[in-house]
Amino acid sequence: MSATDEQIYATRTFTDTEVPMIELKGVSRRFSKKLDIAAKLARKLGADVREEIVHAVDGVDLRVRKGEVVGLVGESGCGKSTLGRIVAGILPQSDGQVFWKGQDVAGLHGDAERTAKLRRQMIFQDPYASLNPRMKVADIVGEAPQVHGLIKRGGFDEYVDEQMRRAGLDPAFKRRYPHQFSGGQRQRIGIARALAVQPEFIVCDEAVAALDVSIQAQILNLFMRLRRELDLTYLFISHDLGVVEHLSDRVVIMYLGRVVEEAPTERVFSAANHPYTRSLLDSVPRIGNRKRAFATVKGEIPSPLNPPSGCHFHPRCPLAFDRCKVEVPKLKTVGALHRSACHLNDAG
Amino acid sequence: MTAPTLEVRNLCTHFFTRAGVVRAVDDVSFTVRRGQVLGLVGESGSGKTVTGFSIMGLVDAPGRIVSGSILFQGKDLASLSEEEMRHLRGNRIAMIFQDPMMTLNPVLRIDTQMIETVQAHEKVSDDEARARARDALGMVGIPSPDERLKSYPHQFSGGMRQRVAIAIALLHRPDLIVADEPTTALDVTIQGQILAEVQKLCANTGTAMIWITHDLSVVAGLADDIAVMYAGKVVEYGDVGEVLDTPLHPYTHGLIGSVPSRNKRGEPLRQIPGMTPSLLNLPEGCAFRARCPRAQTDCVQRPELREWLPARFARCHHPHREEAAAA
Repeated sequence: MSATDEQIYATRTFTDTEVPMIELKGVSRRFSKKLDIAAKLARKLGADVREEIVHAVDGVDLRVRKGEVVGLVGESGCGKSTLGRIVAGILPQSDGQVFWKGQDVAGLHGDAERTAKLRRQMIFQDPYASLNPRMKVADIVGEAPQVHGLIKRGGFDEYVDEQMRRAGLDPAFKRRYPHQFSGGQRQRIGIARALAVQPEFIVCDEAVAALDVSIQAQILNLFMRLRRELDLTYLFISHDLGVVEHLSDRVVIMYLGRVVEEAPTERVFSAANHPYTRSLLDSVPRIGNRKRAFATVKGEIPSPLNPPSGCHFHPRCPLAFDRCKVEVPKLKTVGALHRSACHLNDAG
Repeated sequence: MTAPTLEVRNLCTHFFTRAGVVRAVDDVSFTVRRGQVLGLVGESGSGKTVTGFSIMGLVDAPGRIVSGSILFQGKDLASLSEEEMRHLRGNRIAMIFQDPMMTLNPVLRIDTQMIETVQAHEKVSDDEARARARDALGMVGIPSPDERLKSYPHQFSGGMRQRVAIAIALLHRPDLIVADEPTTALDVTIQGQILAEVQKLCANTGTAMIWITHDLSVVAGLADDIAVMYAGKVVEYGDVGEVLDTPLHPYTHGLIGSVPSRNKRGEPLRQIPGMTPSLLNLPEGCAFRARCPRAQTDCVQRPELREWLPARFARCHHPHREEAAAA
C-alpha cells in the first residue's frame, strides 16, 4: 500500500475485530410468483411451466459497526431496498443469518426480540406514501412510543413536542395532517417518527431522493446532526453517489442482488476496483464537468428474473473474459477494508 | 446572423384559480440558437415546466399566456391559432416528457404509433413511414430496430421507453425540442447513455433544445446556456460555465453550494434556509428576499433582470458581482 493509503486509513477507528452492530451472513431473499390454476394444469399436462423466481438478494455478507454510516449504492432492481428491509427487520430473509450486536436475531424471543426490532428503524423514500393521511402528526409520531411504553403517563404532549423539535418541526403544527406539509417537512415527520422509539440504528431508503436540492441539503444536515447528538448508526441506501460520497464512512455497491465491491468512501471514489463501480462513477454527471462527452456503459441492466451466468456484470463489462461467463467471482480483499468481486484481481 | 430558433420575450403565464391568480411564469425571457442546448433549471414549483408547456401551446384553463411573445424562427407562437399550432407541434417543435408513457399509448404497438406520427404531418406511404421510424429508433441507439418496432411499450424497460419517446420526437427532424426532465427517473448508467445520444444529435442535426431539469450536474455537462428560475421568474441567465463557476444571484449561489459533491466530506452541507414561497402569496419585491443572506432594505423593490457583466444577467439588487468580474 502506498503512503497516501496509510494516511487515509490512519484516520479510521473502525476495525474488523469489534462486534458489529449488525451483521449479515450469506443472506438471500427470493420472491416467487406462485403458479395459478391454469399454469398448474398446464404443468400436469406436461407443459414446461416453472415458478418464476427473483433472487432479489443473493448471498450477501454485510457488517455495520457502531457509529458508522454505510452507504448502499446500486441501480434499480439491484436489491438494495430488499436488503435494507431485511436489515431493518421488517422483511424475513430466505436464507442466511442476521446478527444484532452479535446475537442471531432468529434465536431471540420475547422482550429481547422486541427490543432488537425497536432499535432498528427505517425512513422511507416517499414522504407522501409513508405517512397515514388520516392521522394527525402528534399521533403519527407518538403512537409507537406509547404502545411500547416509552412515554410516562401524562407525558404524551411533552414527548411528542420534543421529538418534533429535534427533527426541526414546530410543535405548534402537531394537530395538523400530513397533507398540510411540504415534502421536506413530511420527511422530517418521518424522521421524528423513526426517532421517537429511541433507535440506535436507522435504515434510510432513498430518504432524500424525492426532495429538491436545497431541501435535500437541509435534511442531510439534519441526519448528520442527529447522528452526533444521538450516537446513531446509519445504513444509507441511495442511487445518488454524490450524497453517499458526502456522508458515508464506507460504501457498499450492489449489482443484481450481489455485493460487487465494498470499501471506505475515499477509496471507492479514488481507487475503485470493480469495473462496474468504475463505470458507475464515470456515468455520474458532475457539476464541475463542462461540455464533455458523457461516458457510457454499454447495454441495459439485465432482468433479475433471468440474470446472466457467472459474474452478473459480464455482458456489459469492457474487461470481461471467458471465466467471467461461467464462474461467479467471490468478494476478495484487495486492500485494507476493501473487498471486490472480480476475476481480474486473480489474473495478477 | 439569422434569427435564433426560439426567442422568448417577457412571457407571462398565469393561472386564474379560485384561490387567486398564480403567476406560474412571470416575465421570462431567453434565447435558444440552432444546435444549442439551454438548461432551464429550478426547483419544484419554480415554473420551468409551465414555461415549456407555454412554448408548446399546451397550457390549459384556468391557465393562459397573459402577455409576452414566443418567437419561433421569427414567428410569434402565442398569436397562432390552435390549427396552425398543431401543424408545428410534433413537426417543427417536439416535446419529451419525464414519463415516456405520457407520449406512448400502452395499447398500440410502437410501429403503429410512429407511423401515425409521421403521417400526421406528411403524406408518405406506410413503407416510407416505417423506414423513417426504423431510422429514428436506430438513431437513439435501440438495437435491432426492425424487431423492436413490433413491440408494445410495456415490453420495453424504462430507459428504452424514453429512447422511443425521443425517437418519436425526432421523426420530423424538428428545429426545437423541449425536454422536460427526461432522464430524472432513469438510472445513472442509462441516463449517461441518453445524454450522450442527445449531445450527438444536437451537434449533428442542428436541433435546438431546451432541457428542463432540477439537476445542475446534468446541465453542467450538456447545456451551452443556463437559465435559473425561482418562483416564476428567471433570476439568472448566462453561459453555463460562467454561471456555475461564478454565480451572480444569491439563489444560484446557494443552489450550487448545496450540491453534495461541492462540499467537503463530513462537514455540514451549505443550505438555503427556509423554503420556496407559495406562488399565491409571494413576498413583495424580490421573492428570494426572506431566504437571502445578502438581502437589504431595498430588496422590497422588485428587481429587474439586468446585464451586470457582458452576456451575464441576474435579477438582483446585490449580486455577487466582484467575484464574477474577477474571474
